[in-house]
Amino acid sequence: MAKHKTPMLDDLEKGPWPSFVSDIKQQAEKGKQVLKDAPDDLLGVMELSYEDRVTHWKHGGIVGVFGYGGGVIGRYCDQPEKFPGVAHFHTMRVNQPASMFYKTDFLIGLCDLWEKYGSGLTNMHGSTGDIILLGTITDNLEPMFYDMTHELNQDLGGSGSNLRTPNCCVGRARCEWSCYDTQEACYQFTMEYQDELHRPAFPYKFKFKFDGCPNGCVASIARADMSVIGAWKDDIRIDQSAVQAYAGGELKPNGGAHSGKDWGKFDIMREVVDLCPTGCMWWDGKKLTIDNRECSRCMHCLNVMPRALRIGTETGASVLFGAKAPILEGAQMSTLTVPFMPMEPPYQELKDLIEKVWDWWMEEGKNRERLGELIQRDTWQKFLQIIEMEPDPRMVDEPRSNPYIFWREEEVEGGWTRDINEYRKKHQR
Amino acid sequence: MPYDPSDPLKDRITDIGPRYYKEFFPPVIEKNYGKWLYHEILEPGVLVHVSETGDEVYTVRVGAARLLSIEFLREICEVADKHCGGYLRFTTRNNIEFMVDDKAKVKPLMDDLKARKFAAGSNKFPIGGTGAGVTNIVHTQGWVHCHTPAIDASGIVKAVMDGVYDDFGKMRLPAQVRISLACCLNMCGAVHCSDIAILGIHRKPPMIDHEYIDKLCELPLAIAACPTAAIKPAKTEGGLKTLEVKAERCMFCGNCYTMCAAMPLADEQGSGVAILVGGKISNRVSKPKFSKVVIPFIANEPPRWPGTVEAVKNILDVYAKDAKKYERIGDWAERIGWERFFEKTNIPFSHHLIDDYRFAYTTWRQSTQFKF
Ligand code: HEM
Ligand code: HEM
Ligand code: SF4
Ligand code: SF4
Ligand code: SF4
Ligand code: SF4
Repeated sequence: MAKHKTPMLDDLEKGPWPSFVSDIKQQAEKGKQVLKDAPDDLLGVMELSYEDRVTHWKHGGIVGVFGYGGGVIGRYCDQPEKFPGVAHFHTMRVNQPASMFYKTDFLIGLCDLWEKYGSGLTNMHGSTGDIILLGTITDNLEPMFYDMTHELNQDLGGSGSNLRTPNCCVGRARCEWSCYDTQEACYQFTMEYQDELHRPAFPYKFKFKFDGCPNGCVASIARADMSVIGAWKDDIRIDQSAVQAYAGGELKPNGGAHSGKDWGKFDIMREVVDLCPTGCMWWDGKKLTIDNRECSRCMHCLNVMPRALRIGTETGASVLFGAKAPILEGAQMSTLTVPFMPMEPPYQELKDLIEKVWDWWMEEGKNRERLGELIQRDTWQKFLQIIEMEPDPRMVDEPRSNPYIFWREEEVEGGWTRDINEYRKKHQR
Repeated sequence: MPYDPSDPLKDRITDIGPRYYKEFFPPVIEKNYGKWLYHEILEPGVLVHVSETGDEVYTVRVGAARLLSIEFLREICEVADKHCGGYLRFTTRNNIEFMVDDKAKVKPLMDDLKARKFAAGSNKFPIGGTGAGVTNIVHTQGWVHCHTPAIDASGIVKAVMDGVYDDFGKMRLPAQVRISLACCLNMCGAVHCSDIAILGIHRKPPMIDHEYIDKLCELPLAIAACPTAAIKPAKTEGGLKTLEVKAERCMFCGNCYTMCAAMPLADEQGSGVAILVGGKISNRVSKPKFSKVVIPFIANEPPRWPGTVEAVKNILDVYAKDAKKYERIGDWAERIGWERFFEKTNIPFSHHLIDDYRFAYTTWRQSTQFKF
């Protein structure tokens, strides 16, 4: 028998999409979690929110495991007498393996531990990428952490003003477009910066995300302070016979992604050549030609004809900085900073770059100022000096349209110190 | 040795990071790492990737609720043990992927997945989420676990996915449509570049618990937390230290409440949904773009948020009929013009939709190129 009546939530058991309500109920009924009442009381407090249309959680203050400043989010219920099972309901963020492949024995081990110490509820995964273990009491944090590190060889992820758990796309594990090893890069940066990840010392959060190509499956350009996006420098590899097969209708365009509707016969001119944003492509009825120097790697033609076109072989990544959600100066996407960098372990060039950026941000950044905001406040010019890079037209969409240039004295012939008396010899008062 | 509370630092292990990803690769992935030539979507939710070694991996992608119980996780593992040699993967959009290395194994896997239902009848493993359709919604915590939400997350996601369920399992749209939800404007879910974003917003400034605030909070921290400097120190009539919010400066972000529990702002009538559309991440054809606010407010309507579900379905349906192949929602709206977008979708245009924040004028129309 359910502990609370939840008529509104019960309505969410209907319909075809998997119902989280049914799932929490099955945990309440069959589960052996140590916090026995947590699933029932979670449903209870949610039903109350559905009635009141307001949340019943309070900010959790500082809770965590010894020596770490992140990885645990404190949470208390504002109706603890009614819902004692979730009165204290802290979550633990567990650093997911790069690109989220799992072996079942690991997941079962994690389930066993969460049964022993927690609510039996999870998020697979939080939006940064971590496995979220949803809800436990303060006393269980240390033993859970101890067992997880000892038995599963597995650590917590980041939260607070620190390096957040890095994330990457599926990359070379199962995608033909990945211009570098996104998993390896993600793993190595996670390991190199464990201290930054666990012990908050930054003005605010900092995120790395690794996309293998400009399709951007982990959304790094919108969501990471440092976005690493795969790129190639040489030519798109073309298999002309496969191009002909697409043009002739023998191969399904876009890997079959549009097969739910009849879009008519595939038209290589209209659907590929004319949509190329740089106009660097020609089709003469037999042969596809690409002026690769003019290609901006938008991925469209490769996406439409994956069997005919392949990324080049001189591969690496573009590095962009500064994306963030709207608070405070408005949303920002990352700005192109390094057009191309080879991406081979141990990634020393990228590590050197990021360390310069952090030193500056930790010195100059105000409390809760994201890197993108600091760059805006202190100027792109300053940022380039810090990272010791030359300006490049690829860093802007267009040159400035106002002429309010902040010239530096050393740039102006003769400097700024002048003699008014010399001037007056030629110009009357 | 188990954990010893009297000596917490004994045998302590720290800074070991995540498990090495390669430990979790199925053999066919391990063997063909970096060798994939191309992929094809065989039917909605089913992909084949072909390697230069000739190997193939078949992936069956299924939607999930993100909030998963360990009972259910154990069942997911059972499926993976039975069909996939004990391996599986999650995607960044909360989908689960079951992979097999032989075409003959696909059908038994799919039949098994389709047969599994929750007690009240919903599917445990809906197959889909590929190609030119709607994939799973990325979302945040809402009333399940956060203190600042203006809306729930899991419930709205469930209601919207029920509403657009057909488009999860079909590929009839001009291009992929990514829907995201964040329950307050802090946007943990970073919904600001989604084709359709469902965003929780508050519309009432925080209340202040004058008699208690000085006991509950560090007042300077609350003042400093406000991004618009709307909070200043004050005194109650009885002479107690308190704070005051300049209401017309408040942008309803809830940062003060994060610092100080004596400043709650969520409200039955004040808080609800805003809808944004037209953002994208991919560089394909056009550049990545931000989502734009097209519906400033829809009331919270638990348990099924019919107004929000209808709004999403309406935008999706008009787009499906009107856009050209490969055009994302934002590309379509830009081609036809936003004035046409509002006309075709029948969404009223109000003053709330004209930017009046920083750099507002960059979004005003400074040309005579408009449509009647
Ligand atoms: C035209 C642009 C895009 C193309 C052609 C494209 C292509 C693909 C392909 C082929 C996969 C499957 C990779 C694999 O697992 O083998 C994939 C997965 C994925 N993509 Fe993209 N992608 C595009 C844009 C995006 C964007 C803009 C986002 C995010 C906002 C995104 C998010 C994802 C995610 C999360 C997955 C994992 C599977 C899922 O849950 O749907 N993709 N994409
Ligand atoms: C001022 C801005 C922000 C504040 C104050 C904030 C605050 C919070 C809080 C309080 C939580 C805990 C929710 C819970 O109870 O579990 C949370 C979770 C989270 N935040 Fe943020 N957040 C902000 C911006 C962001 C942004 C921009 C991102 C991502 C781009 C992000 C990513 C996350 C993630 C991944 C979680 C985990 C919960 C989930 O996956 O839903 N946050 N944030
Ligand atoms: S970002 Fe590019 S390389 Fe990575 S999974 Fe997506 S399409 Fe493939
Ligand atoms: S990748 Fe884009 S820019 Fe380059 S040739 Fe193909 S369509 Fe043109
Ligand atoms: S989006 Fe806002 S309300 Fe939702 S989980 Fe994140 S911080 Fe909490
Ligand atoms: S809700 Fe945000 S803007 Fe309003 S007073 Fe609080 S911190 Fe300031």
